[in-house]
Amino acid sequence: MHSFEFSTPTSVSEAVAMLAEQGANARILAGGTDLLIGMRAGRLQPGLVVDAKGIPELLEYQLGSDGLRLGAAVTCRTLYDDPGVVEGYPALIEAVSIIGGIPTQGRATVGGNLCNAAPSGDTIPALIALGAVATLIGPDGPRQLPVEAICLAPGRTALAANELLLSIHIPAPVANSGACYQRFIPRNEMDIAVASVGSSVVLSADGGTFESARIALGSVGPTPIFAQAAGALLAGQPVSDASLQQAADAAEAAATPINDMRGTIEQRKQLINVLTRRTLREAVSRAQA
Amino acid sequence: MNAPESGGKVKTEFTVLGTTPMRQDGMEKVTGAARFGDDIHLPGMLHGKLLRSPHAHARIKSIDTRKAAAMKGVRAVITGADMPTLNAGIIAAGEGGEVNMQDIADNCMARDRVFYDGHVLAAVAADNPHIAEAACGLIEVEYELLEPVLNVHDAIKAGAPVLHEEYTPGAFLFPTQKALPNAGRLFLEHGDVDGALAACDFVVEREFSTKAVHQGYIEPHVTTAEWTSEETLTIHTSTQGAFAIRDFLASFMNMPLSKIKVIPMEIGGGFGGKDVVYIDSVAAVLARKSGRPVKIFMSRSEVLRGTGPSPETFIRVKMGCNKAGQLQAADIYLLYEAGAYPGGPIAPGTLCSLTRYNVPNVRLDGYDVFLNKPKMKPYRAPGATQSNFAAESTLADLAEKAGIDPIEMRLINALKPGDMMPMGFPCPPLGSIEMLNAIKTHPHYTAPLEGENRGRGIAYGFWFGAGLASSAEIRANSDGTVNLTTGSADLSGTRNTLGMQAAEQLGIDPALITTNVGDTDSVGYTFQSVGSRTTFATGIAVISACKKLIGEMARRAAMVWEVDAAEVVYAEGMFRLKGDADKRMTFGELCAKADHTGGPLLADASEFPEGVGFQIAANIVDVEVDPETGKVDILRFTALQDVGKAVHPDYVEGQMQGGSVQGIGWALNEEYVFDDQGRLSNPTLLDYRMPTALDVPNIDCTILETPNPGHPFGVRGVGEVPIVPPPAAIRDAIKNAVGIHLCELPMKPAVVLKAIRDQQGNS
Repeated sequence: MHSFEFSTPTSVSEAVAMLAEQGANARILAGGTDLLIGMRAGRLQPGLVVDAKGIPELLEYQLGSDGLRLGAAVTCRTLYDDPGVVEGYPALIEAVSIIGGIPTQGRATVGGNLCNAAPSGDTIPALIALGAVATLIGPDGPRQLPVEAICLAPGRTALAANELLLSIHIPAPVANSGACYQRFIPRNEMDIAVASVGSSVVLSADGGTFESARIALGSVGPTPIFAQAAGALLAGQPVSDASLQQAADAAEAAATPINDMRGTIEQRKQLINVLTRRTLREAVSRAQA
Repeated sequence: MNAPESGGKVKTEFTVLGTTPMRQDGMEKVTGAARFGDDIHLPGMLHGKLLRSPHAHARIKSIDTRKAAAMKGVRAVITGADMPTLNAGIIAAGEGGEVNMQDIADNCMARDRVFYDGHVLAAVAADNPHIAEAACGLIEVEYELLEPVLNVHDAIKAGAPVLHEEYTPGAFLFPTQKALPNAGRLFLEHGDVDGALAACDFVVEREFSTKAVHQGYIEPHVTTAEWTSEETLTIHTSTQGAFAIRDFLASFMNMPLSKIKVIPMEIGGGFGGKDVVYIDSVAAVLARKSGRPVKIFMSRSEVLRGTGPSPETFIRVKMGCNKAGQLQAADIYLLYEAGAYPGGPIAPGTLCSLTRYNVPNVRLDGYDVFLNKPKMKPYRAPGATQSNFAAESTLADLAEKAGIDPIEMRLINALKPGDMMPMGFPCPPLGSIEMLNAIKTHPHYTAPLEGENRGRGIAYGFWFGAGLASSAEIRANSDGTVNLTTGSADLSGTRNTLGMQAAEQLGIDPALITTNVGDTDSVGYTFQSVGSRTTFATGIAVISACKKLIGEMARRAAMVWEVDAAEVVYAEGMFRLKGDADKRMTFGELCAKADHTGGPLLADASEFPEGVGFQIAANIVDVEVDPETGKVDILRFTALQDVGKAVHPDYVEGQMQGGSVQGIGWALNEEYVFDDQGRLSNPTLLDYRMPTALDVPNIDCTILETPNPGHPFGVRGVGEVPIVPPPAAIRDAIKNAVGIHLCELPMKPAVVLKAIRDQQGNS
């Protein structure tokens, strides 16, 4: 590994000042589970590594009536260890509990997963489906972006070089709503998604009709994809195999996968169809429960 | 290969064999106290790093090392030009084969051409690994790119780029002949194959392809070289055979064997991939140039790119039977990658395709194909898993076509003791019929399998194993304890299985025996721990040394009692004088008298046993296939194996389970993926997918014991054959679950899904 400077700021303003000075030469280390691998392989060679885990604000999370606000450096493990989060946000828990193995989950963060901007990042489709909004902070103060606007290309985000992810806000689940995240991997753990889908639904009070739905796809494009049309066409439709299949076909149409060693175009499109159906069905059953 | 010797009388009643004493090295391993290669830290030691080619095939026009050499902290930089010129040519090595030493040397460090992505062409020794790595990045190499040869079909086409203008054909287990510019060949033919096939009632022909897979040992290669004087070299390394490393280095460095000491450290797995030099020679040359000890430790990616996997193959099988299911003929054509240099596992792969069956008319046509990939290496029953998958799957489809039960099909055709084998000698004692019948009555096989998209499959596999040279030295201490030293690296608990054989032979408690893995200075020559040979062959050397020790101790007892040694008998740990019930001494009591009867008690022995007991194994496996995603889940897995005599049944089960898991990985997900320029695309364990703990169920083991007459206790090799049947068994289970006839490995979700969709499209 190349040699580099390492700093541990203790406040957001200190970190923002470092980024403002170093720009693209600096990289934030949250969990480090992607950064260190990239550095060890020589793909990433930052001159300055800024440790986010010394900043108390980034390590905090609040679970309240308005939803869940996650500091950018909150670990996956912190979330699935909190019964309130497990109860309220099962789709997020489904994502954070399959990122790497248990030791990785103790380091890895939702914020890091988002900023790494991998097409396969497991939390991203779940966050998009849940309607999460990110708060970024730079020298000019904070700004907010929906999660689906964060990833621009593999490894590239809407964050400016002098900006830091401060937090992610997930709205509180409304009545008669449910969500689910599933990915397909060739093995049963410790793997990277060949395709993945996060779905959330809001049903009518009797549970028989969709009021709204959000569907997001992973590993089938240069970024996670918000399949807005697929979700939108469910609004007003009855909950049925036919309506689920319609949404699944629309999600498949929104997928733009490539052939690579992890999967083929044909396989990934089929998987999006299957996973959309399966996640919608699970989201519906959670909404009806 | 020679016919196994029939051997002498086999013992069948045991006091020690068949028990499960605690592993001697167990506590050290679980507490982290055991010392592996990377635990070596010598005063003044430098760290070596290797520069590897990013091209699959290129001529090295120039290498400029000046910037690297000038970097602060760099102590030595070497290239192919710094490597010694070899004197020796062809030597015996590997599992009963021959190798061209120059090929091994060139594989460690390229001279004028690089033959695969990851081929080493320079190395740096520096004060720490980071400096060495950075210095490697400063070495400027000018390449002339050559057209890479990337698959077996292209390699044997007329006009393909020729890898080696001259070559020594490979001879691993069985010799191959020069046949094509890029391939050696093994051809065996008995009877009238074409005529017999034409007359068959049922014939199935299939083409199979399998991908290269790595042994996946947990510990990467690591070595430390130290020149203890101008003329003496000491190597601490992770190896399956210290003597093989010593012998290569002596030839390579043009040194006497006696001046090189190779110390085998605890080893984190090998499976055939650690029986050869990769970095020891490079470390030795760096150490000589820098005047300091040098350690080299490979990264995981270097292991995957630069060491030898088991080859990708193409196999075409045509097989026919009559209405009764009797096999009449088989025609098998095999293309196995050799990799960058000759000598892949084509011979055992070719022979093991059919060795478990009687087929009167056979044509076996195997090619050892050179191409621009790493030099292929043995991996647990080298070559047999691929050809078993092909032949066993064809046989299963033939049984299906002929309407014959799959186990009956195998029973009808099974090779039995005394039947003539394709190598031209009769089959030695082997429990083939017993094993096939054991499947039929196994509670797994008779249990109902319910649920949609579920299927049950079986397969049957064969492997030879090896004998070869082993040495043992045994010392009885004054307190009655015993030190046993052999030259066999312990990959799998063999210190215990060898110590247990000594305890059995000596009639003492195995806890009194401490077994050591000797270095090359401390014990006689011993072939590598390969070919499932250690418990078998080194065990025979241990038994011989024990017999000598008892003979010497009987002589000492005779001195004490002032009688003739022939009057002393030994049994169950007690020396007795014939005809005098009062004259008796325990093993320990006599040990205490060593100083008064002529000095310390010790004995040694070396053996080259020929009575290799062949290995057979079978699997029963249940799978569930997700027809929407192509994913295969293994629900239940049973492994059966004939082990001769299970010395330590827990370790036998460990071998059966470990081999099965590796076979499952090979069947479902493991594969080398190369891009169109021959660069390995997946040199990480993220994308080289070995099974995780959640991917395999408990592997249920059934141990069968048909004694091997070639070993005094009936022992057979155990370690290799468990990897052979799993891919064919899983393929059979998938077929029975969803009706698809897969002919490629790995049977990963995309492949299964495509086959299901093709089938739906056709129906």
